[in-house]
Amino acid sequence: MLSHVNISLESLNIATLVPMLIPIMGALFILVLDLFKKDQSKSMYVMLSLLFVMLDFGSLIDFSIDFSTNGTILGYFDMMLIDGLALLGQFIIVGASILFIPLALTSKRFHEFSYPEFFALFLFMISGFQFMVATDNLILIFIGLEMASLALYTLIALHNRSKSFEAAVKYFTMGALAAGFFAFGSMVLYALTGSVEIHQMAAVFNADEFANLPFILVGVVFLLAALGFKVSLVPFHTWAPDVYEGASASMAGYMSIVPKIAGFVVVMRMFEFLIHSGVVWLNVVLYVIVVVTMTAANIWALVQSDVKRMLAYSSISHAGFVMAAVLIGTTQANSALFLYWILFTFTNLGAFSMLWISRQKNLAAGQSSDHSYNKFAGLIKVAPISATIMALFMLSLAGLPPFALFWGKIYMISAAVSSGYIVLALIMALNSAIAAYYYLKLIIYMFMKEPEIDIDNKVYTMNSSVALRTIIGIAVIGTVFASVVLNSLIEFITAFVYNSGY
Amino acid sequence: MLDHILSLLIFFPAIAAIMGFVVHKDSAKAFGVAVSVIEFVISLYLWFAFDTNVSGMQFMENISVVPAFGINYLVGIDGISLFIVIMASFFTMIGIASLGDMKKIKNLVITLLFLQMTMVGVFAALDAILFYVFWELSLVPMLYIIGAWGGPLRIYASVKFFLYTFTGSLVMLVGMLFMAFLYNQATGVWSFSILEWYRLILPLNYQLWLFAAFFIGFAIKVPMFPFHTWLPYAHGQAPTIGSVILAAVLLKMGTYAFIRFSLPMFPDAAAFFMFPIAAIAIIMIIYTAMVAYAQEDIKQVVAYSSISHMGVIILGTFALNVEGITGSVFLMIGHGIVSGALFFLVGVIYDRRHTKMMSEFGGLASVMPRYATIFGIMMMASVGLPLLVNFVGEFLSLLGFYNQSHIATLLAGTAIIVGAIYMLSSYKRAFFGEVTNEANRKLPDVNSRELLALIPLTIIAVWLGVYPKPLLEPINNSVKSVVMLMHEKAITPEGKSRIPSLENKVAMQTPEAEVK
Repeated sequence: MLSHVNISLESLNIATLVPMLIPIMGALFILVLDLFKKDQSKSMYVMLSLLFVMLDFGSLIDFSIDFSTNGTILGYFDMMLIDGLALLGQFIIVGASILFIPLALTSKRFHEFSYPEFFALFLFMISGFQFMVATDNLILIFIGLEMASLALYTLIALHNRSKSFEAAVKYFTMGALAAGFFAFGSMVLYALTGSVEIHQMAAVFNADEFANLPFILVGVVFLLAALGFKVSLVPFHTWAPDVYEGASASMAGYMSIVPKIAGFVVVMRMFEFLIHSGVVWLNVVLYVIVVVTMTAANIWALVQSDVKRMLAYSSISHAGFVMAAVLIGTTQANSALFLYWILFTFTNLGAFSMLWISRQKNLAAGQSSDHSYNKFAGLIKVAPISATIMALFMLSLAGLPPFALFWGKIYMISAAVSSGYIVLALIMALNSAIAAYYYLKLIIYMFMKEPEIDIDNKVYTMNSSVALRTIIGIAVIGTVFASVVLNSLIEFITAFVYNSGY
Repeated sequence: MLDHILSLLIFFPAIAAIMGFVVHKDSAKAFGVAVSVIEFVISLYLWFAFDTNVSGMQFMENISVVPAFGINYLVGIDGISLFIVIMASFFTMIGIASLGDMKKIKNLVITLLFLQMTMVGVFAALDAILFYVFWELSLVPMLYIIGAWGGPLRIYASVKFFLYTFTGSLVMLVGMLFMAFLYNQATGVWSFSILEWYRLILPLNYQLWLFAAFFIGFAIKVPMFPFHTWLPYAHGQAPTIGSVILAAVLLKMGTYAFIRFSLPMFPDAAAFFMFPIAAIAIIMIIYTAMVAYAQEDIKQVVAYSSISHMGVIILGTFALNVEGITGSVFLMIGHGIVSGALFFLVGVIYDRRHTKMMSEFGGLASVMPRYATIFGIMMMASVGLPLLVNFVGEFLSLLGFYNQSHIATLLAGTAIIVGAIYMLSSYKRAFFGEVTNEANRKLPDVNSRELLALIPLTIIAVWLGVYPKPLLEPINNSVKSVVMLMHEKAITPEGKSRIPSLENKVAMQTPEAEVK
């Protein structure tokens, strides 16, 4: 006979699951609603999803107040770990989702938004990412990762273009490989330590002073590869440009932000103790990956002829830049990561939204792809406001002051300088100079060239609707006036990161 | 009002520029002239209210922007920056006023007003990040001016201009962040205030590295040999207004930054690098003068001669004594006036003939006598003829460096001779002799719109050549305090000996005595 296990409901602290359960409930609600009342307008689903996600955001605010008074909250057999990292990660995930959902309210009809399943999957995906960041249990991370990824594959495929299917399949195969890596890496680490929780692994490793170093390295390298796929570090980035190209522009923008921040939080949890363990190998591996990701992606971006592919490579490069924070490993660096990503969210979502509103049904003659550079030639003449806004996002991405990403960049470079990574800081700075070239290229096409292809002028704002313009407006405000809220943002993030012990 | 006069100067053109979007394109130029005249009047009022006996910063404003990271909106002005600010607003004013019929003139006026904000901002900023913000922002309007209104190679030229300067500034940014980190190490708080940084005494090896990081940013902007290759392209392709602003004001950002950042913050490194930099400056002076001699394009002659004179400014700055630095600041003004005017003059003939090749001209003096006269005066000023503006600055700069090295000064002095050769020979080819090209026979002389820009410049060039005291005195006061600070801060014997102590030289000659 098994003996009874007595667990009080209070000690489970089920409330820690609430932020993840809200979107799950929302998804189920939408599915059930569809059973009873079919063929509702997409606007209703958009608003319902938005409500659930905002409710989610509200619960996060509640948790963050709790966190700042009582510190880290554990729950559900100590599987849930609501610390500052988890909260910041979830804030970005849910916040970006709030900005993303209204992009479905295009003026043109799109296949995918007519299915309520799209929104249900979307909500499932959000909760998957939330699980990923709110735990240090490798199994739960894995479950969250797969839950989110499987939903994401489907969302990409729903776009219903031949390239979208290709993208989804490509992403799926790569993702499956990454999942295998993740499982294998976790298995090795579990075999070494007898635990699947990162902090217990750290305790075991520190106790025996990294005795089984070769095995630890094997496990860590597999985990790094798996997470490298998710945050698109070179050489695990190969899927990214094709998938971004195949996915709708709004989905590509979303993918460049949300899955990556979830990945970064996991990487940060995993590598925080490894970086400070004195194992030189790991630092070298990470250093090389950071530098190569930044530089190589930049150089590939130089030769792209499509703006969306350029943005795909540029977001790989930004991921490499941010990955430097994990290598540096100080509180300032870890805070810089979140600061950078919040600012990046506004700018990058804005840039992709600008592509989204110019989505065409058919390509014009002489146009090689959906968002080729020459499509935007002479845009200042036909759509001056669009051109100016797009230029603004490009300048911000290039790191030109006083726009949003500049502040993220100087905070990150300052973190590198402050902990003695002067060479890395220089590489980071010079990479911004390389990147400036391809961002400028778009500005030059828009402002200084004559229109090159015969294209209907309506194309540039074809998809525009009030909702899309609002989101772009928010992105513009976030990009231009970032310096106003910068101080409170830095203080807020630093407090959260510091109080979580990172 | 005086408390916020600098903010007013910085942001008035920017706000006006935003409002300019509403103005109809036919009235855009009038709007631009009105705004820039108001701005110029405010800057003159700044001079009037400026206390010339105070050597430190005046009209300071301090607003905390990011206290967690030590970034403040900190602006102030001293004798070194005052006249460059006035010059910036002056050139914007006459630049807009002399605009001819151009396409998209409304965009151009708005861009120029934005550019004016960044120019005034750079020279008024006393916070390194604020300085960097304006410094980088100034690239964007210039990129647009060259790229949208330039010649056939304009896109290549504008991108080259942008990328060169951007790359250099990023290295400088790393230097700034490292400096802030060192300040944080020393005091426990973050600060990007330049005035706070002045108080920090650094060990020599840090000084050397930081000096190098800042040097790359500034040297590309100046531009110093061998980083100068972007400038002839930019000048060659830019429209007249772009060249004028670029030569008159934007290049001064680099030389000004040397005096504002490099010298007081790293005095020992400045002393250490004095001769290497002097060598670069002399190469720059002589080499570019010779290149200028070989040019067929009259605008390229002016462009290379402009680089050549920037070399004299660098030489004066790195004399590290009061005469040299005062001379170089004064020469910045003089160079702005003269090369700005020369680019205007080249623009005048380009508007008429749509060519800048000297072989196309000849005998212009008989067809356009007024034009030839003004060109002649400005060319003489550029050569460094006494009683014209550049002579004062060049003389003081060379005098300053003479205290450090006789040979180097002698070499640099030859630049004036080489300068005279190429300037006089191009002048001769273009203006004297028979009218060989029929197209030139009926050219109209300068019209009143062009005179509006050229006459004030000529008057200033003569006035400051004859009576430079109103400018020299405030500059001299502020420079003295910089040199004193440098001498006090210097820790190496080399630094102490190369940077003069001013205490036993109270009865120093007043610089303007030599001019008379």
